[in-house]
Amino acid sequence: MQTVIKGKVWKYGDDINTDVIFPGKYTYTVNDPAEMGEHAMEDLDPDFAANVQQNDVILAGKNFGCGSSREQAAVCLKVKGVGAIIASTFSRIYFRNGVNVGMPLITNRDAYDHFEHGDSIEIDFEKGEIRGEKGTFKFPPFNEFFFGIIDAGGLIPYTRKRIQEENR
Amino acid sequence: MQKTFSEKILAKYSGKSHVVPGEIVEVIPDIAMSHDNTAAISKTFAKIGVDKLYNPDIHLVVLDHCVPPANEAFAQNHKDIREFVKKHGIKKFYDINNGICHQVMAENGHCLPGTIMTGSDSHSTTYGAFGAFGTGVTRSETAVIMATGKIWFRVPETMRINITGEFQDGVYVKDLALGIIGKIRADGALYMAVEFTGPAAGKFTVSERMTLCNLAVEMGAKVGYVPPDEVIFNYLEGRAAAEYEPVYSDEGCNYDAVVDMNLSELEPVVACPHTVDNVKPVTEVAGETIEQVFVGTCNNSRLDDLAILAHVLKGRHIDSSTRLVVIPASSKVMIDAMRLGYIETIVSAGGTLATPGCGPCMGNHLGVPATGEKTISTANRNFKGRMGNRESEVFLASPHTCAVSAVTGKISDPREIPVDMALIFSELRKATLSPVLMTR
Ligand code: SF4
Repeated sequence: MQTVIKGKVWKYGDDINTDVIFPGKYTYTVNDPAEMGEHAMEDLDPDFAANVQQNDVILAGKNFGCGSSREQAAVCLKVKGVGAIIASTFSRIYFRNGVNVGMPLITNRDAYDHFEHGDSIEIDFEKGEIRGEKGTFKFPPFNEFFFGIIDAGGLIPYTRKRIQEENR
Repeated sequence: MQKTFSEKILAKYSGKSHVVPGEIVEVIPDIAMSHDNTAAISKTFAKIGVDKLYNPDIHLVVLDHCVPPANEAFAQNHKDIREFVKKHGIKKFYDINNGICHQVMAENGHCLPGTIMTGSDSHSTTYGAFGAFGTGVTRSETAVIMATGKIWFRVPETMRINITGEFQDGVYVKDLALGIIGKIRADGALYMAVEFTGPAAGKFTVSERMTLCNLAVEMGAKVGYVPPDEVIFNYLEGRAAAEYEPVYSDEGCNYDAVVDMNLSELEPVVACPHTVDNVKPVTEVAGETIEQVFVGTCNNSRLDDLAILAHVLKGRHIDSSTRLVVIPASSKVMIDAMRLGYIETIVSAGGTLATPGCGPCMGNHLGVPATGEKTISTANRNFKGRMGNRESEVFLASPHTCAVSAVTGKISDPREIPVDMALIFSELRKATLSPVLMTR
């Protein structure tokens, strides 16, 4: 995994729920991850799926990912290349799903107050810093274990890999 | 530096000198519970590509969500689980004749101070009643624990709820818990550890602590916790399934938020449809007609809850337009309730008794409401469709409020039919199997 990423900010508000991140009506009909990406943020920001670039960052307020426990809401952003999600707070189940699909998630309240939609920022996962023209903000750096999960592409592939290595 | 309970226990289990909120750590839990979802978990486990459990002794399986099975699919699910449990040597297995997972674990001494316990069930925060770090995890995560023994956690921030004062008549720990949720809302303690402390918290019975910690998840919390004391140590005497060492927050540690609750100021409340934080004083909703009353679930169907119900119903009958479904939390609770005469009183008064388990709590069977019907329930969730019908409404309240509502057929103030708590507690002391989990 890259320890530093650079991208543009997509800024949204508080309480972004899993229904607007990935519409409930597709949960049983869309099974292909790439297609899931095409519906990402559909009901909130119709421009998102068409324009988001590799390593762009979602910046949101409190309680990001509240609502259902659907894993697709994390997968759809991952396949669109989102490099990280920064939120003031995450719903607990979204945080777990996010990490388990290999999405870097950062809890930080200050970034939200300073950065705007479209700003360019840089995230240093090892140092635990969000950097941009409007300042530098700290978060607890990612440890080796966290990197491992993200690198492997999620918890299940990570576990499989780990077991294979142990058996070698 | 002074640390909170969660910081200390997660540092200890991850082999670090200290950890800070936001950090990710990996630990091996003492107990990983799963219930009827064990069949689905075992399929994910199979995909990981190992054929043996890392340690069968940390797994605990309870069949409770649809017992006895309502149809062929549920029956097959149970059959698959029995085979899995047998094949992998899981000894802590509780079949359909025991009761609701969280209750069964408590009664069998698996909930221990200073341990880490996971459950593939969001109400696993209940174990904090015993001073454990208990939390819900996803199905895939339990599958990973099966394969590797390990689970990751984000070290949570901590909220302290400082509880003072004394309950007025007709007010219970359920009203306190709903009161907190109404005040801080469903995301008020998002991802946090919630410590229930203060002079009044130490007086709560084991049963009351379970009700409180069970509802912590409805505040958004990752864990609930009551510092373990004599109440818990006495309960565990001769019952603890393993040795334990309590963990406490350091004096002067850093809390991210502190909320004060004075029991003397509380009144009976009801969580109205369709969210648990839609909390109103019972006086505001009194008079609303209900078709069904449900006294059950891991939140409020222990012996003390059934005692209150029986005392309200003694010499009375439920309203002719209302049904009363009663499901004891466990078989042990049911037997004690029989011995104390509560079941006879409840059934004579028009109650419908069903076998210990989750029942209609999440809409599987045994009391799913019809379209347009309203239910008042002692459960912990009232989301749209939760009881199995999207076109019905669920109100949550204490057993006392539910009992009085069954008598009147309307949501009613519990103080309309008072009960003598001193008398109830003296009766409860005679319980032998589910020693109510009490000391008050
Ligand atoms: S009683 Fe309800 S809340 Fe408790 S474990 Fe069963 S389904 Fe879940």
